[in-house]
Amino acid sequence: MEAVIKEIIVGYESEKTPLISILHRVQDKLGYLSEEVLKLVAKYLDLPLSKVYGVASFYTLLDTEEKGENIVRVCESAPCHVKGSMNVLTELKSELGIDIGETTKDNKFSLELTSCLGVCGVAPAIMVNDQVYGNLTAKKLEEILEKY
Amino acid sequence: MAFYRGHILVCTGQECKQKGGKEVERILVKELKRFGLNDEIKVISTDCLGACEAGPLMVIYPEGVYYGGVQIEDVREIVEEHLLKGRRVNRLLYEMDESEENVTAHHKKDIFSDEMRIVLRNCGLIDPEDIKDYIGRDGYRALGIALTRLTPKEVITMIEDSGLRGRGGAGFPAGLKWKFTHQADGDEKYVVANADEGEPGTSKDRLIMEGDPHTLLESMAIAGYAVGADTGYIYVRGEYQLAVSRLKKAIEQAEELGVLGKNLFDSDFDFEIKIREGAGAYVCGEETALLRSIEGERGEPQIKPPYPPNEGLWGQPTLINNVETLANIPVIIQKGADWFSKIGIENCTGTKVFTLSGDVMNEGLVEVPMGTTLREIIEGFGGGMADGREFKVAQTGGTSGGCIPKELLDTPMDYDSLAEVGSALGSGALLIMDESHCIVDIAKCFMHFFEHESCGKCTPCREGNTRMYEMLDRISKGESNLKDLDKLRDLANVMSKTALCGLGQAAPTSIYSTLDYFKDEYLAHITAKVCITGDCQELVTQREEGERKGETA
Ligand SMILES: Cc1cc2nc3c(=O)[nH]c(=O)nc-3n(C[C@H](O)[C@H](O)[C@H](O)COP(=O)(O)O)c2cc1C
Ligand code: FES
Repeated sequence: MEAVIKEIIVGYESEKTPLISILHRVQDKLGYLSEEVLKLVAKYLDLPLSKVYGVASFYTLLDTEEKGENIVRVCESAPCHVKGSMNVLTELKSELGIDIGETTKDNKFSLELTSCLGVCGVAPAIMVNDQVYGNLTAKKLEEILEKY
Repeated sequence: MAFYRGHILVCTGQECKQKGGKEVERILVKELKRFGLNDEIKVISTDCLGACEAGPLMVIYPEGVYYGGVQIEDVREIVEEHLLKGRRVNRLLYEMDESEENVTAHHKKDIFSDEMRIVLRNCGLIDPEDIKDYIGRDGYRALGIALTRLTPKEVITMIEDSGLRGRGGAGFPAGLKWKFTHQADGDEKYVVANADEGEPGTSKDRLIMEGDPHTLLESMAIAGYAVGADTGYIYVRGEYQLAVSRLKKAIEQAEELGVLGKNLFDSDFDFEIKIREGAGAYVCGEETALLRSIEGERGEPQIKPPYPPNEGLWGQPTLINNVETLANIPVIIQKGADWFSKIGIENCTGTKVFTLSGDVMNEGLVEVPMGTTLREIIEGFGGGMADGREFKVAQTGGTSGGCIPKELLDTPMDYDSLAEVGSALGSGALLIMDESHCIVDIAKCFMHFFEHESCGKCTPCREGNTRMYEMLDRISKGESNLKDLDKLRDLANVMSKTALCGLGQAAPTSIYSTLDYFKDEYLAHITAKVCITGDCQELVTQREEGERKGETA
């Protein structure tokens, strides 16, 4: 873990104030930003832990808690709302058997809400990890989940 | 660069790939070669074209013909019939259905003849991953003109004369901002492109970056020359991964070709561009919060003044503009301020890209001259209301904007006209809703957004949004009384006057406008406990229970 963090930080040496970029990359590699990870980042960047934690906890794409292997984010903004995103959410909740903010027992999926994903033309939309899916129907949801 | 008489866009998005899109593309290239068409027709693999059910999908330009469900064995027929002989293959023709219209598949020119493309001039027509395509359409010419024929001051005067106003929401005159940054003293200056695009219902900046990334790079370099900056940052929303990768590739190619880097066009002007990814915070779209975020801090807005042109990134003079604002620059430089200022209306020149969503036949992005009316957009590009339903309300400017009713459908879409009717042009989001939607439910959805996105730094916003949401929630459940309506308005006044940044100040816009234009609907929820659309579930359930009790009594 230490080596991974060190290597990432070295890659940003020429950058001014790269904290958020570093946290992004560390999370990509290590899954989430645990206390231990944040301490190491703080140590190598020579920043107070309070600051590193303050930043990590401010942004929704940075996770300070462990999540499932795949994160399903349901868009709840107005354009998706009027196209039935609440039905999508209900469907997902029952399909996965979890509520918002929870992770399935097999650790495969976490369910979250998100603001507009910028694909409102195909509302309602969800994002699974980095991949966006639109024009959702119950059948499509099932097919999407099967892929993971 | 080579000239192609046609382009074939093959969708290799997630869905089409699974249906064999990649393989179809490979065979297509092979077949084109076999018929000797490979110098005439260019194959471009694109991201999702938005009709995943019909995949693998391809579009042939300039005709704009869609073929769906294309199998490997169909490829040869398409090449032979369509490309060689000019006859369409009817059995594979795919009609883009409105329900499957995707934001990236917006190039159907015939849908809307009033469309005028300045900002989106290249989107869908070039391969965004090939700088030569961009150059073939006069790319980097404006930068050359600026560097070799114009002084920084002349560039700024041009932008001022064009009348271009910021497209990020506030509509501040771009030229003035450039001038302030130019005049400011600093050891170092920066140009920042605001590509955070967090306003719900907006996807124009994403399309520009995904479809025409070099436009943004070129514009930033011109801006850098004008204000005296040698470094630019693009702050991209963390969710826009495809945009990030296209931009990175574009920067690499531009550096390789020498249109970014040192001594551009043999001048002594150097310019480099870096990308910073956001991490999921709407408030980071606010300029001072965005700069804090680049500085590696929590993205909390700062008190203004000082404004970024005087004290921005790391305390240095910084020009910050929205992606769409910047995308206009190369065209203004090439065609002149005079040409540009004749488009649109007085005080609001040029075009605006609208992201049309909701209950219209055709959703998607449309670029029209400023001042086009809402009705023209809905009936023209939008193809009218979907399912033959009645228009009820449009939210303009995204969640920070306001709601306008049927009576105001002829309002021209520009900053000033919309402000006059209590709404906003904002980012150009246009959410159209029909009579099946409840105003209280929608208002609740808006406030839920702000409650979640408030950064918590100032009290009016942190507390105000939560309280407003709670009040709306009570109204939607029939647990409210008439006093709540006055309280809503009072709280809205406090927030719009005292919140630290635009987030809290603009949050009540939709509350004001819905209270003004749809008061009866609020009253029906409060006094008669009725939600006519049935969106407010709890009221419906209560009523049903009441009726059941009535029957048994
Ligand atoms: C809460 C909030 C969110 C904003 N989000 C964005 C955004 O996502 N993109 C953007 O360009 N401007 C956004 N703005 C406006 C910026 O603060 C700033 O005015 C803009 O980047 C200036 O560029 P322009 O003059 O080219 O419009 C936001 C403002 C506020 C108050
Ligand atoms: S509102 Fe859901 S993607 Fe825009």
